[in-house]
Amino acid sequence: MSDSVAMLLRRAGFGPTASELDAAKKAGYAATVAKLISPRGPDVAASLAPIPNLGPDPFIGSPMGQQRAAAVAKRRQQTSQIVRWWLDRMTVADHQATEKLVFFWHGHWATSIEKVSSPQQMMAQHMKFRDSPDFRVMARSLVTNPALIWWLDGQTNTKKAPNENLARELMELFMLGIGHYTEQDVKEAGRALTGWKLETRYPDAGVFLPQYHDTGKKTILGTTANFDALGLVDFLAKRPQCARFIASRLWFRYASSTEPIPRSTLDKMASAYPSTTSMLRTLFLDAEFRSGRYQLVKQPVEWLVGAMRQLRMRPTRLPEASTQRLLGGLESLGQVLFSPPSVGGWPSGVAWLTSSAAQVRLTMAQVIAEAAQPHRMTVEELANLLAVETWTDRTYSALKQASAPQHLLALGLVSPEYLVS
Amino acid sequence: MDALTRRRFLRRSGVAAGAALVVGAGGGFGLAELLATAEKGPDVVARDEDKLVIVTLYGGNDGLNTVIPYADPAYHAARPELAYAPEDVLHLNESLGLSPGLSGLKRLWNEERLAVVLGVGYPKPDRSHFRSMDIWQTAAPAAPVATGWVGRWLDGTNASPEAAVSFEPVLPPLLAGSTRAGACVTINALQLPSGIKKEMISALGKTQQDEPELQARAAKAFHDFLWVDQLVREAEKAEPSTEASELTYVPGTGTGGDSLLATQLALVSRCIEAGVPTRVYSVSLGGFDTHADERPAQERLLKQLDDGLSGFMDRLAKTEAGRRVTVVVYSEFGRRVRANASDGTDHGTAGPVFVLGSGVAGGLYGEQPSLTDLDDGDLKATTDFRDVFGTLLGSVLHADPAQYISNHQFKLLPLFGAPK
Repeated sequence: MSDSVAMLLRRAGFGPTASELDAAKKAGYAATVAKLISPRGPDVAASLAPIPNLGPDPFIGSPMGQQRAAAVAKRRQQTSQIVRWWLDRMTVADHQATEKLVFFWHGHWATSIEKVSSPQQMMAQHMKFRDSPDFRVMARSLVTNPALIWWLDGQTNTKKAPNENLARELMELFMLGIGHYTEQDVKEAGRALTGWKLETRYPDAGVFLPQYHDTGKKTILGTTANFDALGLVDFLAKRPQCARFIASRLWFRYASSTEPIPRSTLDKMASAYPSTTSMLRTLFLDAEFRSGRYQLVKQPVEWLVGAMRQLRMRPTRLPEASTQRLLGGLESLGQVLFSPPSVGGWPSGVAWLTSSAAQVRLTMAQVIAEAAQPHRMTVEELANLLAVETWTDRTYSALKQASAPQHLLALGLVSPEYLVS
Repeated sequence: MDALTRRRFLRRSGVAAGAALVVGAGGGFGLAELLATAEKGPDVVARDEDKLVIVTLYGGNDGLNTVIPYADPAYHAARPELAYAPEDVLHLNESLGLSPGLSGLKRLWNEERLAVVLGVGYPKPDRSHFRSMDIWQTAAPAAPVATGWVGRWLDGTNASPEAAVSFEPVLPPLLAGSTRAGACVTINALQLPSGIKKEMISALGKTQQDEPELQARAAKAFHDFLWVDQLVREAEKAEPSTEASELTYVPGTGTGGDSLLATQLALVSRCIEAGVPTRVYSVSLGGFDTHADERPAQERLLKQLDDGLSGFMDRLAKTEAGRRVTVVVYSEFGRRVRANASDGTDHGTAGPVFVLGSGVAGGLYGEQPSLTDLDDGDLKATTDFRDVFGTLLGSVLHADPAQYISNHQFKLLPLFGAPK
């Protein structure tokens, strides 16, 4: 049987500090779930990492020549700024479940700045994740959101030349899951999404141009109506399959990326839809989740942020060379914030467990351990610091060979027990 | 066991290394484990001895100054300062020739061991280094995908960790599968952080009875990276076989003016000769992003490529294992036809791909793109790169190209047929 409070904190957030874990153990499991799901008051600690105000998009007015080069450089600098800010925010925030959920949504509506290019648009999308009270509202605001439209070529989707890219992913990856629609449904849904364009001046909302919109009747999943973009997502969000799809995605990221969601858990979570925090509460209180037999591999960002929190460090407040090595490490591991590799989001499980990844993490752990300058400690104290329940004999024997505290810490950070939660 | 016998044994044991990893998970590493494994049937081994070496030129190599349309007036008109005079070019035929920096490749051409595929690209070219390199490595031009084409082959064949090895500093997306990835081996032996000893990592690499599967996989990752590194180091130390013994070895570490590419290739040849069961090697040379003063810079890089490749090919030609190796050289895009104001070129589209090997039917493949019928100043691709990689998947890795490169109507190239 696992120490379920520790497991809860590891999965609901990025990595509990020793004192957070102590407090949660005293409060008990149910009270800890309640606090995670409905934290009291504003997140004061998070205000240490204020949301960056990027100012206007440097590409407004279509700069040419030298000005264009300057705009490109500005965008690059702003991209680095938002990546660093988000890592920092995850680390300092007290409302860990909130931050983790935002990270979940980024992997769900996976949109990359590599194509979108505009940090303003990416931040506008990011704020939708933070500000949406439930899934239906989120789907509504994202379908007309410039980052997602551009990412999936929605701006080229017109009555004359319908483009199915956004429609397909809405059904396959964002709202229903594969197998719950036909190719004809995708085509018809594509027609519903016609007419949306973008303007650099408005990173927050797309521009609807009625002349490009197909006003005809569309038959989607057996229902014929004059669907438009919002009508389509409202319709999809009301499908029972949508609730079940979102429940299974949450299970996949919070409970197990290898075992399917048990039927009873699925039913309970789906009935808490569309509030995703209610769905999470249901999951955390579910016996299947609490049993702890399901296993997750920490994604690189989760691993790094968790370590930073436990060591009371901030990834962007280290010496610049160290910060850059850590950011470079995340890139080598394949997880850069705002840059998921594809619309399918980041991989899970064994994909992070390659020999190359082990090497990269070892290098990152060394950077972290050197910056942390830890005091001498026992292997039990190390377990406490990293919120690891027990070391296996294997890891114990590796740790016993470390002569300096920073080597002990580095080994703990790359240990299989720390990587799998 | 003497070196020669050992090597023969290794060669025959081939793909059994995967089993050795499981068997040996608790013990030491190295060739001893391979020796303990059972032999595979001769058919399997024979097919598995075909190996692929992928050379990536990062930065977008200027194809027009690599395979030069020296007889085309449009070439000289578009880039008067950058163009090579016809008499400086190493002629392949009456219209095309290699850059003067590629004298070694010209010799390989004469020996019919070099195939040049002309005008290779993909539809709707992307001029971002990042995106375009991603497209080549994932073989998915339409939308981004998370896995490389070799990585998907690793997934599909349940390959063991040493099946694909990169000697680049960072594992390229090419070798990333969804459940597997190639191993990344540093040129200068394993560089563990100071204070972290191999014994500690080896201890972390042991799996425990009854531990959760994913946790065991996390442990095995340490085992694997020590294992592959050990495999390479053993190969490096192995005495040369009688077939190759008269050759001088390129030193295994980058000393005395060897380019990094030559060093990477030297390691590859050592591994091949020692019978390391790796099927795909990835090496690279960077610096081709020549926006200014291109000619001397590119010539220097091409010379490095030429020295590294021609030495490597000569070495390979001496052994049976080496003669079964195919090398492919590509870059993420070519440059624009017209030179810019800084005597350089900006990001363009299609370019030539080289395929080399004793089994390769040397010659020209595909069609040289027109210099007058351009797409907004850029070359129009005449061959899809997926046809080149698909051919390699089929002929070298003996896999069905369509299984690992999707959404493409293949027009495979007769690169391994009779010489043209």
